Amino acid sequence: MNFSVVGGQFWSLMLSGLMLGLIYVLISLGYTMVYGVLRLINFANSEIFMVATFAAVWAETGLFHHPITSQPLHGFKLFYTFVATLIICMLASGLTAVVVEVVAYRRLRARGTNRLASLISAIGASIVLSESARILSHSRPQQSPRLLEKTSLGEFGGANLRVDTILVVVSALLLFFAVDRFVNKTRLGKALRAVSMSEENSKLMGINLNRVISIAFLIGGLLTGAAAFFFMTEYESTKYNVGFNLGLAAFTAAVLGGIGNLRGALYGGIALGLVEEFAAAVIGSQWKSVTVFVILVLVLLVKPNGLFGEAIQQSRV
Amino acid sequence: MINLRDKGADLWEGWNRPKRITFVFALLVVISLLPFAGNFSFSSFLNTPSASYQDVLVYPIGMFILMALGLNIVVGKSGLLDLGYVAFFAIGAYTDAILTTKTHLNTWQVMPIGIALAMLSGVLLGLPTLRLRGDYLAIVTLGFGEIVRIVILNSSITGGTNGVASIPNPPSVLGQKLDLNHSVNFFWIVLVMILLVIWMIRRFTVRRPGRAWEAIRQDEDVAILMGVPILRYKIWSFSIGAAIGGAAGVIFAAKVLVIAPDMFTFNVSVLILSCVVFGGMGNIWGVVFGATMLAYVPQRIRFITNARELVFGLVLIIVMNLRPDGILPRKKREKLSARKEKSA
Repeated sequence: MNFSVVGGQFWSLMLSGLMLGLIYVLISLGYTMVYGVLRLINFANSEIFMVATFAAVWAETGLFHHPITSQPLHGFKLFYTFVATLIICMLASGLTAVVVEVVAYRRLRARGTNRLASLISAIGASIVLSESARILSHSRPQQSPRLLEKTSLGEFGGANLRVDTILVVVSALLLFFAVDRFVNKTRLGKALRAVSMSEENSKLMGINLNRVISIAFLIGGLLTGAAAFFFMTEYESTKYNVGFNLGLAAFTAAVLGGIGNLRGALYGGIALGLVEEFAAAVIGSQWKSVTVFVILVLVLLVKPNGLFGEAIQQSRV
Repeated sequence: MINLRDKGADLWEGWNRPKRITFVFALLVVISLLPFAGNFSFSSFLNTPSASYQDVLVYPIGMFILMALGLNIVVGKSGLLDLGYVAFFAIGAYTDAILTTKTHLNTWQVMPIGIALAMLSGVLLGLPTLRLRGDYLAIVTLGFGEIVRIVILNSSITGGTNGVASIPNPPSVLGQKLDLNHSVNFFWIVLVMILLVIWMIRRFTVRRPGRAWEAIRQDEDVAILMGVPILRYKIWSFSIGAAIGGAAGVIFAAKVLVIAPDMFTFNVSVLILSCVVFGGMGNIWGVVFGATMLAYVPQRIRFITNARELVFGLVLIIVMNLRPDGILPRKKREKLSARKEKSA
């Protein structure tokens, strides 16, 4: 226990916690979108994240010929490499998510069978994805080159405001609000909410169920891909099993906020990021996931539907 | 699609008592002679590339069957999704490892302690969390599994990343030595444990706890309305499952002699859950079959070393899509009661 750290590094911990938390938010939206429409934990989401981190490495080194040893980029080249890689990551994971839905979920859903069967087939899909990545990468960690020079923009209360951190925080928030608007304001978003309230009734209202569910997977995948890109910008290294811990944390965040609830994912993710950073500083980094789970259990004891979850019958997205 | 489970059940019901006893006896003899099946040249394909057939029968097959039967009580019988079952296995294994190396107790004396500790942790975990439903329970149990692993990894008494080495062999049973050169004896011990567990589950199923679990699994709200004290029975189910996991852990530690935290990862929980769902949830024979397949096949196909897990994942997807209720699904009970109602 070392509480003095908190006083000295309060703002820098807040900042890194916020950034980590926002990465969790984007991944947990992947879980939440799927859970909203299907009431299923998409077990393969952590591997969808992993696929996107590999896509980032491939795009940066393979497609844009930007080897690990090269200098950070500047100007227009930086801009288009950055944006193009982001889009490639999002597309890679979005497509993977849709494929996972078709392969692992669709047939089982059509037969209306028990939820555990879907869970196991999703676990199967996640094993296939992570093992393929392991074989292709020979179990070696993959480094991504540094695109953006991590210059400091100034200090705030002892915290170093780095340009990459600010960029991640701002773009993650923008993405979140874009999805929030999409779900709450558009026609498709309305269809998504309808399916999450009642599959039967939305079918009667003429909603194409398969399409809406695919779209939920697609959006979840796109956001997870964006999270993967930000993760790579920040930490610059990935491995075939990178998804496990992050996916677990993101799912915890979704549950903490109330799974199936977009705003819940936002608050849950940020809360989790902050708790992890502070716990790592105060108790030691090996105990941070223990702290997270203890907090999760305590929250669920007091509020069984998560911090912002509504009653089970009042469904939400 | 044909339902082998029902075919078997019909056959069984058609038999009279002596016929049944003869069948069970014959089956037991065949199973207990299984370890010798790999000794002949024509059956040497049973030996896997990495371990002899006799070793494979104990671990992973025997262990997997034992754990899958325990998890089946939680997931299959009472419908509680437990993703952290490996925690109980780890608690059992580490209890044996620490107590046999640090004290004068032997494996058989540690066994009740290991079972009790696993049960206790099951109750402690269950009391706060079993009020939660479905997926919330899943994530909390998953978290518990990780917590146990991290605590083991970071405490000094468990040896941290190095684990515990030179765990003593269990003392002889009925003059039969239990050590590395006598895996057959280990197999028989595990077989006895499996039979005990099956007997216990069968007794539970036909009595009050079994009916309560069935009610909870089918509809929790209705079970509450019918006056089933669901929390109490959920905790029972949880702690009995935990006890079986703990017992498996104790035997596992005594068999492998060296244990380390990376043997108790989340993957083990997933694998055991896959055994249960793959074979057929809630059905003892399905679970035994599923555990045997999922334990043996990855060992057998070790020659495609690199793609072994990949194939495993593909098999899970394909089988779940073709037979969502598992290879030997549970259906009999519902059908049987319907049949009885018709005739009444």
